[in-house]
Amino acid sequence: MSIDTNKIKKVDCLDETCPVPLVETRKAIRKASPGDIIEVTGNHESSKIEIPMAVEALGLELLSIEEKNGNWIIRIKIPEEK
Amino acid sequence: MTEKATIIVHSGDFDKIYSAFIIGNGALAMGMDVSLYFTFFGLERLKKGKLDKGSLSKMNYFGLGKFMIKLKMKKSNVRSLEGMLSDFVELGGKILACDMTMDIMGITKDNLREEVISNFCSVGTYVKEARESVMTLFI
Repeated sequence: MSIDTNKIKKVDCLDETCPVPLVETRKAIRKASPGDIIEVTGNHESSKIEIPMAVEALGLELLSIEEKNGNWIIRIKIPEEK
Repeated sequence: MTEKATIIVHSGDFDKIYSAFIIGNGALAMGMDVSLYFTFFGLERLKKGKLDKGSLSKMNYFGLGKFMIKLKMKKSNVRSLEGMLSDFVELGGKILACDMTMDIMGITKDNLREEVISNFCSVGTYVKEARESVMTLFI
C-alpha cells in the first residue's frame, strides 16, 4: 500500500494521560480531510485499548496498532468521502 | 441519530467538576453529543475565574488536601480544568446553566462566563434532553 505522506496527520500524545489521547484523537479526526490518515503516538496504556473503541464507535477504519519501545502508534483512516 | 449523554453538574467540588469534564470529553471523543447541565453549587464554577476554585469533596483539610492533589495531578500531567473546558467546547459539547439557581443564588449573566454557555434554562430542558439520552448522570 502506498501512502501519500502529506495525508498523514500526526498526533503526539506521549506522556499524556486520560482523557487527553482520546480527546486529541477526536480533535484530529474532526479537522481531517477525506482520505487523511491520523497517526496517534502515545504511552498511556488504557488509551491503546480505548482509541480503537472510539474509532469503532465513529465508524472509521483502524489501519494498525503498533508497539515500539514501550510506546504505541495507532493509525486511523478517514474515508475518502466523509 | 447520534447518541447523547446528559450530565447534571450539581456539585462544585474540584474533584467532581473534574469527573464531569473527563466523562463529558470522553463521550464527545467517542462520538456522542454531550450536555452538561450546571446547577446549584456546580453553577458557581461557571462564574468568572472560579472553575478550579472548588474544594475537594473529601480530605480537603482546609485546602491542603487539594494542594497535594493538584501537585500530584501536575506530576501525572493531568490537563487543567480550563484545558478540559476548552476541549469540551471545541468538541461541540453544550453547557447549560440553570436559571433558577441564578435567581436563588443572586447570580447574573454578567457574573458567568457567557462565552461558554449555550443556553440558560430550567428543568424542562434537562428532562427533554435526558429523555433523548442513552446516558445520564448526576454529579
